[in-house]
Amino acid sequence: MKIVSRLAAAAAIVIAAAGTAGAKDWTEVRIGTEGAYAPFNYFDSNNQLQGFDVDIAKALCDEMKVKCTFVAQDWDGIIPALLANKYDAIIASMSITEERKKTVDFTNKYYNTPAQFITAKEGGITDTSPAALAGKTLGAQSATTHATYLEDMYKESDVKLYPSQDEANLDLANGRLDAILADSVVLYDWLNKTEDGKCCHNVGEPIRNVKYFGEGAGIALRKEDQDLKEKFNTAIAAIIANGTYKKINDKYFPFDVY
Amino acid sequence: MDYFISLLSFGPDGWGDQLAAGTWMTIRLAVATVPFGLVLGFFIALAKVSERRWLNFLGETYTTVFRGLPELLTLFIIYYGGQILLQRVVSLVAPDAQVEVNSFVAGLCALSLVFAAYASEAFAGAIRAVGKGQFEAGDALGMRRTTTWFVVVLPQLIRLALPAIGNLWLVLLKDTSLVSLIALNDLLRMTNIAVGATKQPFFFYFVTLLIYLVLSIISSIGLSKLETRFGRGYGAAR
Amino acid sequence: MIDLELLSRYGPRMLDGLVVTLTIVGLAIIIGAVLSAPLTAMRLSANPIVNGIAYGYTTFFRGTPLLVQTFLIYYGAGQFRGAFESVGLWWFFRDAFNCIVFTFSLNTAAYQAEILRGAIRSVARGQWEAASALGVSRAVTTWKVILPQAFIVALRPYGNEIILMIKGSAIASVVTIFDVMGVTRLAYARSFNFEVYIWAAVLYLAIVETLRRVWDVLERRLTRHLRPANA
Repeated sequence: MKIVSRLAAAAAIVIAAAGTAGAKDWTEVRIGTEGAYAPFNYFDSNNQLQGFDVDIAKALCDEMKVKCTFVAQDWDGIIPALLANKYDAIIASMSITEERKKTVDFTNKYYNTPAQFITAKEGGITDTSPAALAGKTLGAQSATTHATYLEDMYKESDVKLYPSQDEANLDLANGRLDAILADSVVLYDWLNKTEDGKCCHNVGEPIRNVKYFGEGAGIALRKEDQDLKEKFNTAIAAIIANGTYKKINDKYFPFDVY
Repeated sequence: MDYFISLLSFGPDGWGDQLAAGTWMTIRLAVATVPFGLVLGFFIALAKVSERRWLNFLGETYTTVFRGLPELLTLFIIYYGGQILLQRVVSLVAPDAQVEVNSFVAGLCALSLVFAAYASEAFAGAIRAVGKGQFEAGDALGMRRTTTWFVVVLPQLIRLALPAIGNLWLVLLKDTSLVSLIALNDLLRMTNIAVGATKQPFFFYFVTLLIYLVLSIISSIGLSKLETRFGRGYGAAR
Repeated sequence: MIDLELLSRYGPRMLDGLVVTLTIVGLAIIIGAVLSAPLTAMRLSANPIVNGIAYGYTTFFRGTPLLVQTFLIYYGAGQFRGAFESVGLWWFFRDAFNCIVFTFSLNTAAYQAEILRGAIRSVARGQWEAASALGVSRAVTTWKVILPQAFIVALRPYGNEIILMIKGSAIASVVTIFDVMGVTRLAYARSFNFEVYIWAAVLYLAIVETLRRVWDVLERRLTRHLRPANA
């Protein structure tokens, strides 16, 4: 009996403490990101999160005058973890798509870059139409818009999915894949800044398809957190207006990514 | 050759310290799992040897489920499903509370549940091997049931179940590698990161295999010493 | 209760995944069995070097995680592509399916070798001596006297090993194979509906339970000569 009454007391305290929380006053925001998507979000050699997404997030938090903490999460589970309250927002280069809008809400976009095919220089692939790539092995990161695009549009090809972009790149470099579809900027980084990337080059035109790739990358939020969404949208507009966005853009890219 | 040795160094350029940290996490996870797995396994075993049919049924079902599911699947179910379940339960009581099932806890739960399923078989077999006679003798001497358990049966149980439990420990060490897939920084995950950065998969995975092998060998030596200690006073097994 | 729309979208693919899982496990077990025969012979040998090599092999594959072995072979092979190409073997390792079957075969060969070794050693020495007294050669003794008896002892551990392989095969999903686990993860990533994991669980349980019961029946039939007449 003693145990039961102790448990009841503990439960009452928890309820009371939580109950007084009231409406969410966002003084602290937890941000989920992947950490395996250079140059947007990645871990440097000191295990610190770096990248365009991370810098934008920090700028937004400064603008909103909230304290932000970052939580790393594998891409496969990044939306479920948001829904399960592991963090409050996803700033990880997540494209705004109708399919995702069924489960989460998005702020306005904070950048928009097209998708791009890359292939080995000696592979001899020049045409990226579904007919030309029939029977070839194509790779993409799983749970991305690129994966969905390949699965729907390239039904004649053999599509392989990888837990992270790095692993897909590795298999392109060693010849298991004939081509990869991914974000043009992420691929640009790999092609030009890494030893492995020298094997390969862009092929075909950049792909901008609103149905699959959405209007750009946005911040994903739970549907019930409309107030947080408003705060982020205001902050995004603010940092674009006051030049902070351009500073961060220029730090990473010689071109405009908005 | 020097290049490879430098890859393992403990400085900022070498990955030795990351691998060591990962190994420590692996060991911590495995060691943390054992008590939960053993205790749960013991109670499931009690259910299995009980005279009440419904308890037997529950015990058998538990074992069938957790021995039949791939450990990877159990891990994902606990990691994704557990978070959702916990969130739903907590939101009933305190809507704004934030609770999270972090990777370590998810890994611990999943591995304990699986460990318990196999351990319960080992314990049930051992309890049956000890035999009712010991309990009846305890009763005849006027001992309370709990005393009989602790003083008479448990020591015999440990000796009988140790080989099987020892095997389970070795399997557990290997199964911890699965938590690398739910973003926990164990040895395998650190190896994956090192491979991603250095593009030397064969070297790093081989080194990791050797580390796991060393852990296994040390464990085996420790276990056989334990078996000797608990087998004191008994003749050579026939 | 069951999300029928989800089921119709991903159900057929999950069944395809089932075929992939069973194929991988089936091939690995059979190839592993073939590999384990010489391995067992080496383990039973009196020659310390031969025995040592086999012992090293089995310790290595049984003492390390299957997931790491898989990564080693899959990504390691990719790293040595040039070397493989020059001996004309790259086409084999290029395919993830081949890499997986290769890794699993090596792994299960180690376990099967130990199972077989334990089973052969469990057959009473008296059998060897009696056969020898009757002038039967070692080869014939092994084939006709020892192995049949060893096989019965090995039956249960073999069944366990097959079940362990089925469970271990879930790892294949991590290196792009669309087995049951692979399809499940794909379905979850697209739909965020947790139900897909439950179906995967049901599927695996169904396979494992079926196998267990088949094995029980097999064991009963093969040991019926060892039980009292009217048991």
